[in-house]
Amino acid sequence: MGEVQISNYTMNLGPQHPAAHGVLRLVMEMDGEVVERADPHVGLLHRGTEKLIEHKTYLQSIPYFDRLDYVSMMCQEHSFVLAAEKLLGLEVPQRGQYIRVMFSELTRIMNHLMNILTQAMDVGAMTPMLWGFEQREILMEFYERVSGARMHAAYFRVGGVHRDLPAGLLEDISDWCETFPKIIEDIETMLTENRIFKQRNVDIGVISVEDAMDWGFSGVMIRGSGAAWDLRKSQPYEVYDKMDFDIPVGKHGDCYDRYVCRIEEMYQSLRMIKQCIAEMPEGPVSATEHKVVPPSRAAMKSSMEALIHHFKLYTEGFSVPAGEVYAAVEAPKGEFGVHLIADGSSKPYRCKIKSPAYSHLQAFDFLTKGHMLADSVAIIGTLDIVFGEIDR
Amino acid sequence: MVELWNIYIWPLIWILAKILLIVIPLFLAVAYLVWSERKVIGLMQQRMGPNVVGPWGIWQSFADVLKLLLKETILPTGANKIVFLIAPMLTFVLAFVAWAVIPVGEGWVLANINVGIMYLFAISSLGVYGIVMAGWASNSRYSFLGAMRSAAQMVSYEISMGLVIVTVLMCVGSLNLTDIVEAQRTVWYVVPLLPMAVVFFISTLAETNRHPFDLPEAEAELVAGYQTEYSAMSFALFFVGEYANMIMMSSMTVILFLGGWLPPMDIAPFNWLPGPLWFGIKVAAILFIFIWARAAFPRYRYDQLMRLGWKVFLPMSLLWVVGTAGVLVAFDLAP
Repeated sequence: MGEVQISNYTMNLGPQHPAAHGVLRLVMEMDGEVVERADPHVGLLHRGTEKLIEHKTYLQSIPYFDRLDYVSMMCQEHSFVLAAEKLLGLEVPQRGQYIRVMFSELTRIMNHLMNILTQAMDVGAMTPMLWGFEQREILMEFYERVSGARMHAAYFRVGGVHRDLPAGLLEDISDWCETFPKIIEDIETMLTENRIFKQRNVDIGVISVEDAMDWGFSGVMIRGSGAAWDLRKSQPYEVYDKMDFDIPVGKHGDCYDRYVCRIEEMYQSLRMIKQCIAEMPEGPVSATEHKVVPPSRAAMKSSMEALIHHFKLYTEGFSVPAGEVYAAVEAPKGEFGVHLIADGSSKPYRCKIKSPAYSHLQAFDFLTKGHMLADSVAIIGTLDIVFGEIDR
Repeated sequence: MVELWNIYIWPLIWILAKILLIVIPLFLAVAYLVWSERKVIGLMQQRMGPNVVGPWGIWQSFADVLKLLLKETILPTGANKIVFLIAPMLTFVLAFVAWAVIPVGEGWVLANINVGIMYLFAISSLGVYGIVMAGWASNSRYSFLGAMRSAAQMVSYEISMGLVIVTVLMCVGSLNLTDIVEAQRTVWYVVPLLPMAVVFFISTLAETNRHPFDLPEAEAELVAGYQTEYSAMSFALFFVGEYANMIMMSSMTVILFLGGWLPPMDIAPFNWLPGPLWFGIKVAAILFIFIWARAAFPRYRYDQLMRLGWKVFLPMSLLWVVGTAGVLVAFDLAP
């Protein structure tokens, strides 16, 4: 027998795969169990969000943001309303700002729960997921109580938030803040010091700070490598400058450090939620500029102007002065930004969305090269990708 | 005519009856193992588990079997059809024939052969063929990878399992399973051979492809591993085979280390219960640990699993074989 040419084989992982976290399609060149090259194919969930927004009024655009990253909904609405408010020069009342920050942090806990638990599931531990999802369910109930929708809230509006908090909600969130740390502790006992979990995550998907910057990482993905980069601290929006919180950073930039960072961020979010509840001022929840914010129902019954405003706002929408703006928030997954170009009409001229997970996914080949197939799944878990925002 | 009846037909009926006497309780045991696994894991995960079909969902497994029977068996176009269909049958048959030598009580055994433990070991080694054939015949990369993993895993862990069995055999001096149980009248082997019992139990987890060693069917990576292309009854055969294997491996642990059908102490409240019941209780306890491990642990990676098998278990069990042999000879304890 002469020389035999041995070639790698290609494996098509996804788009329908239990670990793909959506519709990720990976074309992987494998040498046995070792991944030689991984090629993520995106676009299977492309819905043309950016183009659709160009044909929608500013108010109608908000629900699209819920549907981008469907596990951290309100944070993305936040980015869009911040952009519109910057163009309008609109000031949000204190209570509105506190409510926004509180719900952003609740959303962060929701997202991190989902991420940690599915990552655990990807490496084979299934019990923590069911424990944590019970908590997510409670958080969704909070969403439902303020907005009427469990997931796609459309609660943040230009100028503030849609409605004031229903009676008793603050007390319930406060009660939940007391019981929730116990659940994180339970999940941690199952994972943090678990030898198998550590073996599966330590030194997997290592990335240095420099590489992370080159690949355009943000959020936990860069904090896990050691850079204390957090938009809530570096360029505080809303009342984040009044909040007392720490930024957890990792040391090694591996999957395990990112996991630990996420656990710690949940505790920090909890701290902020408690502060919000303690400091929550009274007053209006949204601006009183009725060229932008609809008047109250009661006012419409007696005031002609209010009725006209209502009619104009829900037919034509409000006009935003021409200009260009970039507004970013520290979404749970990283820096989520909206680049808005307004032409003076009631619809955005262009709305470019910067989603964090897109940058994270592009480094997938870099992160998985030379790892085993099982590690690539752990890396997908730690990247915290959701295809709603990658494909948009 | 009478001769024909006496020589051929009656013995045949008698053998069939004995086989049914093993197979039917085993089927029931598998059905309720699946049900109790779902129920126990459900409780561990703060959910209900099956609770719709019958009171507490006790008919769930039968409903599932009925569903699988009525579904279409899909044969993938690229598959090698004959091997594809033989593989689940092989797994299924092997999981059941092993039961011929398992003594569940004093004299409660179909074939009390003198090489019982060898027979068991041989049958459980053959189990890997079903999986390799399934993986190869499916003509799918997920199945293939699952089968490769499984073959490597089962072969590696069989070696340390074999050494553990050798240790026990040295203490007993017989390959007969009934003798092995009888030798534990004074003390169960789990006491003097505790590390070996642990190694054996962990190896059985690997041998049956259960968590944390369920790489061959690692859901997150390989979808369902070697079972990916199977559906309906061909899948059910694998499934039943896997669970029957679990029960078989638990029985082996009980026979080798936990004194088989013997009560913990031969005194009043304990020896009221009949032997087979003790056997059942012990097997159920081991199976509970199987289920518990599934709820508690993440999954090993392929190379980590190999490292554990070859670099930890193999030297350890080898050392114990030598150590036990030394002690037996030095103190003249060898039977």
